[in-house]
Amino acid sequence: MTDLPEFDAYLSLAEVSEDDHRWAFGTGFTDPLAGLDVAVPPSIDAAALAAYCLMLGDDALIYSHRLQQWVTRAPELEEETALANIALDLLGQARMLLTRAGQAEGAAGSKGRDEDQLAFFRDEGEYRNVRLAERADADFAELVARLLVFSAWRLALLRQLTSAADPVLAAIADKGAKELAYHRDYAAGWVIRLGDGTDFSHARMQAGLEAVWPLTGELFTPHPVEAALPGVAADVSALRAEFDASVDAVLAEATLRKPESRPLARVAGRAGRDGVHTEAMGYILAELQSIARAHPDATW
Amino acid sequence: MEHREQELSEHFEATIARQGRIEPRDWLPDGYRKTMIRQIAQHAHSEIIGMQPEGNWITRAPSLRRKAILLAKVQDEAGHGMYLYAAAETLGVDRGDLTEMLIEGRQKYSSIFNYPTLSYADVGVIGWLVDGAAICNQVPLCRSSYGPYARAMVRICKEESFHQRQGYELLLTMMRGTGAQREMVQESVDRFWWPSLMMFGPPDDKSPNTERSMAWGIKRHTNDELRQRFVDMTVPQAEKLGVTLPDGKLRWNPERGHYDFGEVDWDEFWAVVGGDGPCNAERITRRRTAHQEGAWVREAAMAHAAKR
Amino acid sequence: MPPSADWPLFEVFLRGKRGLNHVHVGSLHAADPEMALRHARDLYTRRNEAVSIWVVPASAITASSPDEKDPFFAPAADKVYRHPTFYQIPDDIPHI
Repeated sequence: MTDLPEFDAYLSLAEVSEDDHRWAFGTGFTDPLAGLDVAVPPSIDAAALAAYCLMLGDDALIYSHRLQQWVTRAPELEEETALANIALDLLGQARMLLTRAGQAEGAAGSKGRDEDQLAFFRDEGEYRNVRLAERADADFAELVARLLVFSAWRLALLRQLTSAADPVLAAIADKGAKELAYHRDYAAGWVIRLGDGTDFSHARMQAGLEAVWPLTGELFTPHPVEAALPGVAADVSALRAEFDASVDAVLAEATLRKPESRPLARVAGRAGRDGVHTEAMGYILAELQSIARAHPDATW
Repeated sequence: MEHREQELSEHFEATIARQGRIEPRDWLPDGYRKTMIRQIAQHAHSEIIGMQPEGNWITRAPSLRRKAILLAKVQDEAGHGMYLYAAAETLGVDRGDLTEMLIEGRQKYSSIFNYPTLSYADVGVIGWLVDGAAICNQVPLCRSSYGPYARAMVRICKEESFHQRQGYELLLTMMRGTGAQREMVQESVDRFWWPSLMMFGPPDDKSPNTERSMAWGIKRHTNDELRQRFVDMTVPQAEKLGVTLPDGKLRWNPERGHYDFGEVDWDEFWAVVGGDGPCNAERITRRRTAHQEGAWVREAAMAHAAKR
Repeated sequence: MPPSADWPLFEVFLRGKRGLNHVHVGSLHAADPEMALRHARDLYTRRNEAVSIWVVPASAITASSPDEKDPFFAPAADKVYRHPTFYQIPDDIPHI
C-alpha cells in the first residue's frame, strides 16, 4: 500500500490523549458535582425541589434554544463564537438542573425522569420557564437587551443559591454564577456600544429595551414553589435592588432611558412559572422535540 | 533592482526546494501570493459556510448531550474560519474584502456544503465522511510551504479529528439502535458518499493547476491520490458500521493494494461547482444577510470605540 | 461619512496554565481592546480555564524579518500583518 507519511500524523491525531474533550468542553474543568451526595436532604420538600429545578432549568434550556437560532446569523464571526459560548453554558446549566429535578422526583416517590425525558417528552403546560426566556429576538439590539435583563437577574439569583440547603443546587449555582457574570458583561458591553454608538444604533437599542421590558416584572414575582423551599429557593422579590443597580449603571453609560412600561399581564392569574406561556412556546417545543418524539424508544 | 529581485526569487525557490517555510515578511512571487490567498480564503469560506448544514440540526438534536456536542462543533468551525482568515490576512488582504468576494461569488467554498442536510443521521455522516475527507485534504497542508497556513492547519486538524470521531460514534450508536435509526443512517450514506468523493476535486487529468501548486509546496498530493487514500481508509470503517456504500464497483484490488471504485458523476460535480447545486443560493443568501444586517452593529461598535 | 464597519486587527498572545511566557496564537478582529480580550478568550481558549491573555493592536507591532533577506520593496511599517507569527507546535505532531 502506498504510504503517504503525513497520514501517520493523521492517525496520531486520532489517538486519545488527556486533551480529549478539549474541542467541546475544554480541559482542566473539574466536575462541579464530583463527590457530592445526590440524596435530597430530608428537610427539603423533594417535590417542590423538583419543580424549582425545572423552573431554573427550563429558563436555561429555552433561552439557550433561542440563542442557538442565531447560529450563522450573528453580525460578526467573533459574535458567533461568543453567542455559541453563552448558549453552551446555559445548556450545561439546564442539563444539570433537569437532572437534579429528576433526582428530586425520585426522592419524592415518583419515577425520576432523566434530562432527556424531561427536555423532550413534557408537554407545554409542564414547562416552567419565565416568558422572557422564550421571546424571539427580532434583531441584535433585542438580543442584547434581553440578555442583559436575563443575565443580570439570573446572576443575582444564582448568587443567592450558592448558599442553598441542597448541596447539588448550591454547586450548580456556584459554577453557573461565574458563567452568568461573563454573560452579563458581554450583554452590558453591547448595550453600551449600541446605546452610545451611532444615532441609528441608539434608536434600535432603545427600541430593543422597550420591547423586552414588559417581561421583566415576571422575574421578580414570587411563586408558591419557592415559598415551599425555605433555605433553598431564592427570594426573587429581594433580587430587584441588585438587578436595578446593575442595569441602571449599564443604561446610564449607554445613554439609554430606562423603560417605564408596565409588566405584561398574566392569563387568569397564571404565567410561565405555571406552564402558561406565550404563543411562541408551541413552536419552540415543536422544533426542540420533534426528532426525539419521532423515535421515542431510540438511544442517541 | 532586477538583480535584487532575482536574488530574492532564488532564495524563495531554494526555501521551497528544501521544504522550508515561507513566512509573512519573506519575498514571494505574485503568482504564489495570489494562489495562496485564494486557497486559504476558500478554505476559510468553507468552514463558515459549513456551519449552516450542520447548524440546521442544533435546535432539533434528539438528546441534550448531542445538542451540546453539535453546538460546540459548529462553534469550532467558526473558529477555524477565523484562524484561516487571519492566516490569509498575513498575505495582504482584509477579511472584509474576502467576505465580499464570497458573497459576490468571486471566491468559492467546498461544494459539499451545497448539499442539503435532510435527516438527523446526516449530522453523523457529515462528521464521518465529510470531515474525514476534509482531514485527508488537510493533514498534508500541515506541511504547506506557507508558515501561517501550515500552523493554522495543525490546530484545525487536531480539532477536526475529534469532530470526525464524534460523528462516527453517533453513527455507531444509531446502527446499534432501532430499525428506523439504521434506515436513517443508510439513507444518509446513500446521499453523501459520492459528494464526499467529489470533495477531492476533478480528476488529475482535468486539474491544470496541480503541477504548479505542487512545485510551490501549496499542494502536496494530487486529487486522485487523496481520493484513493480516503476510499482506502473509509471502506473498513463502513464495514465496521454495517452500512453499504452505494458503489457496486467497490472492491479490494490485491495487485494495486487499493480499493477499486466506480466513476464519480462528473456532470453533477460540475453543476454544483458551477452554482446549480441544491443549496448554493441558500448558503450564500444566509451569509450575505447576516453580513449586511450586521453592518449597523459593526459600525456602532467602531463609532463607540472612536468616542473613547 | 458613516463609520467603517471593518474592525481593526488584534494579535493574540496566550500563556497557558503551565506556560512560562506568552506565545502568539493568531489574530482576530475587534472594535476595541476589551472586545478583543473577550473574543480572544472565546476563540483561542474556547472553554478552557482562564489563562493569561494579551491582545495587541496589530498596528502597534513593529517587526523584523525572520529571514536575513530583508525585502527592500515594502517599508517595514507598512503592512501590519506582515510580522512573524510564532505558534507553539504540539509535541505529538510528527513530520512538522
